[in-house]
Amino acid sequence: MDSLLHTVVLMLEGTQVTLQIFFITLIFSLPLGLLAAFGRLSSLKLVSRFMEFYIWLMRGTPLMLQLLFVYFALPMVGIMLPDLVAALLAFTLNYAAYFAEIFRAGIQSISRGQYEAAKTLGMTHKQTMRRIIIPQMIRYVLPPVSNETINLVKDTSLIYILAMNDLLRVARTIVQREFDMTPFVVAAVFYLIMTAVLTWGFKKLEAYYGKYDQ
Amino acid sequence: MENMTNNQVMLRLTQIHKKFDELEVLRGIDLDLKKGETKAIIGPSGSGKSTLLRCINRLEIIDSGKIEIKGRALAQNNSENVAEYVSEKEARDILSCTGMVFQQFNLFPHMTVMQNLLEAPVQVQKRKKEDVIPEAEELLRKVGLFEKRDNYPSRLSGGQQQRVAIARALCMKPDIMLFDEPTSALDPELTGEVLKTMRELAAEHMTMLVVTHEMAFAREAANQVVFMADGVIVEQGPAQQVIDHPQEERTQAFLKNML
Repeated sequence: MDSLLHTVVLMLEGTQVTLQIFFITLIFSLPLGLLAAFGRLSSLKLVSRFMEFYIWLMRGTPLMLQLLFVYFALPMVGIMLPDLVAALLAFTLNYAAYFAEIFRAGIQSISRGQYEAAKTLGMTHKQTMRRIIIPQMIRYVLPPVSNETINLVKDTSLIYILAMNDLLRVARTIVQREFDMTPFVVAAVFYLIMTAVLTWGFKKLEAYYGKYDQ
Repeated sequence: MENMTNNQVMLRLTQIHKKFDELEVLRGIDLDLKKGETKAIIGPSGSGKSTLLRCINRLEIIDSGKIEIKGRALAQNNSENVAEYVSEKEARDILSCTGMVFQQFNLFPHMTVMQNLLEAPVQVQKRKKEDVIPEAEELLRKVGLFEKRDNYPSRLSGGQQQRVAIARALCMKPDIMLFDEPTSALDPELTGEVLKTMRELAAEHMTMLVVTHEMAFAREAANQVVFMADGVIVEQGPAQQVIDHPQEERTQAFLKNML
């Protein structure tokens, strides 16, 4: 019993690392994704093309490869980043690309009539985006954003290759030391709890943003 | 109440030309709209009448010609006969006296009826919400939807949504109202309530330009009727004259089909 408690305490510490990566990535990649979506939709060809390239690059290569690149390749050209910062950079750039595509689709799903109505009421483009388009877009993008967010919880486990002690790595270390599989089960339960909380949270958000559609 | 014989020109279009790719949809349109006048634009689909209306508030951009609203030019030809628009900021200012009602209503679905009405006066005109609310309530009473003020548009019928859209446009206190086939998306039994609201507006001498397929409305509520076909104005004049005694062959053929 004592050893199980000890295992759980160690794994809670690992969970802290996991949650840290998760929340910081989310906080940076959501707004960055929205910016990238606007860039992708920009009438400036150069900006739009650049964003298209960025999204293609990030979605077209494994996240693991991106992590390794930031961690091992950047120092070779003189860019030294602390471990955590390196991991966060790779995660943020990767997830921002996925969010950008979700937001782009969300923005494009709003009918032209909404822009026209706002324009004939004298609203500026900025007001139209902020007051009319983005609030409606949020409702459309919640389900796919929820999906990606749950993926992110699980993807955080990739940082084990950077030798950071997240939940899964802590579990594996104990398993290898004690020849006991319990930590894997505990880790699974921890991941399930985190994704359950997220699922519940997004359900609430969807209900809130969907209230005008009933 | 304004005098109907007031001759102030609220809107003047001069030699409007507009192409979509190679197709010339407007081929030299001249049109005046006087204060307090209701002018109906009729014509077969594809005649360019909706495009003409949408050119007035720059939902479409003209190729050449001149658009003047209350004496101020929104667009006019440069030396090469290409229409040039004033700056975005000035355009918004010039067009602030116009309101528009769309075929598809285009209410903001994430806002209640009341929020739809308050949005532009508060955000655009920077008026205090408390000052606008009584006016918005008055307008909702006028269109008979006061009790729906806290509903979302999805809970309203098409006819009700369109009446809210009219109230939303009126809440900006426009001098000119543009209607783009306001009853075309409605079930026949719902057009009456929208036309009634528009008739009341016409009776109050709101200056109105209405693209419509409703011949009865054009005949009874409009002072002037314009018949358009193939991007030109074929015939125009007092409503009853154009509808009951059309002079041009194409007008006669069109009206025969409508009845």
